Amino acid sequence: MQAVKTHKLVKQYKNLTAVYELNFEIRQGELFALLGVNGAGKTTIIKMLSCLTKPTSGDAVVGGYSIAEEHDKVKRIIGVSPQETAVAPNLSVKENLELICGIHELSKEKTQLKTNELSLRFGLDAVLNRKAGKLSGGFQRRLSIAMALIGEPQILFLDEPTLGLDVIARQELWSVIRSLKGKVTIILTTHYMEEAESLSDRIGIMKSGHLLAVGTAAELKEKGKSDDFETAFISLIKESAV
Amino acid sequence: MRMLAFAKRCTKEIVRDPINLAFGLGFPLILLLLLSAMQANIPVSLFEINTLTPGITVFGLSFITLFSATLIAKDRESALLQRLYTTPLTSVDFIIGYMLPLLPVSIVQTVICYLFAIPLGLTVSINFAYAVIGIIPMAVFNVALGLMCGSIFSSKQAGGICGALLTNLSAWFSGVWFDLKLVGGIFEKAANALPFVHAVEMERALFNGNFEIATSHMMPIILYSILTTAVAVTVFLGQMKRQ
Repeated sequence: MQAVKTHKLVKQYKNLTAVYELNFEIRQGELFALLGVNGAGKTTIIKMLSCLTKPTSGDAVVGGYSIAEEHDKVKRIIGVSPQETAVAPNLSVKENLELICGIHELSKEKTQLKTNELSLRFGLDAVLNRKAGKLSGGFQRRLSIAMALIGEPQILFLDEPTLGLDVIARQELWSVIRSLKGKVTIILTTHYMEEAESLSDRIGIMKSGHLLAVGTAAELKEKGKSDDFETAFISLIKESAV
Repeated sequence: MRMLAFAKRCTKEIVRDPINLAFGLGFPLILLLLLSAMQANIPVSLFEINTLTPGITVFGLSFITLFSATLIAKDRESALLQRLYTTPLTSVDFIIGYMLPLLPVSIVQTVICYLFAIPLGLTVSINFAYAVIGIIPMAVFNVALGLMCGSIFSSKQAGGICGALLTNLSAWFSGVWFDLKLVGGIFEKAANALPFVHAVEMERALFNGNFEIATSHMMPIILYSILTTAVAVTVFLGQMKRQ
């Protein structure tokens, strides 16, 4: 079953076309990575699919609902962790989690349950009462993803989740993301090759608003005629006419 | 409930900022103290506590605009607002969530100013309660002005415009520090066209039990509050769409 299906999705900003007639499908429970260099259009796609930006033309069905016509329904079934860390800095970790619980109108009991469960799962229990703005980048990202999961989303968008993190924090966050695989459909954008290769079920390679190729890491390596994923990626990007 | 959760968060962000507390509460109280000390040492009646305190409460509200504007501008600059736009929060939830917490903050600020002035010689009467209630329309104006500025300007610009320009505007055109009739002309006309002097005169009248005078000053304040709220909501919705 499909979690996301786009149909000729286009985003144009004045003279710049950020996304060209995009057609792709993401299966339920899949971890799909959008891989590309800066300016490839990855974040624009996430913004359109999460109803932050209106498509110029075309449509996408997210969890069975149209992003063009059923904003409110889409927003109820998705979770988003934006590229920059999106936490309230003067609120503690616990208060940040409680804020999102309140926004999703969870009861007092469910709020407590969710806060406990997510803080344990994401290793935030030790910093539960610390102000979010004072946490390290790695902890802030963990909190950001935990906040995105509070509404029990069917589809989770992670926009460059490990951008700017050190190697250890990145590895720790990867294991957090791996632990979510299968439980929720994840759409992740990244420009780190090893991140896409190591985490994803399938990868979509993007360049200048075009989706050049979609497949598993092995399939893309075959397409790019290399055993090394990075070399295959570079070859696919360079060989494309766009 | 969604809106209340968001409003609660905004309240926490405001009251936990030490700069907000220092400016919003500390500055008006220091002014009260200094001007009262000055009055004690001059032969003319310039800063009588019963006329000064209502004026200071209105002047203090300009800091509420600063809090409101910087909170919204900072939220817009961070990714938090983007995250919240992808949740079931509606535009009404956002607008009320931003505006609601600042009204009790304004009332608390006013009450503290009046209480602080009692040991300095302020007359204690039931009119104190009317003066506190009467400040609400002006507080709405200031909060809405903050929503508007926060939706247009960056946090730096909002700090400059609301922190420097508005506080000066509110001070010069309010008639707190000097009688506007002494300047007269265009300056007096401009001051009368703005809500600040009306708010000060209304507060003074309420505090002294002159309800007829208070009512005559109420209308321009209410009009400014409604107009500013309408513009602020339009501007906020516009930036929400653009984001």
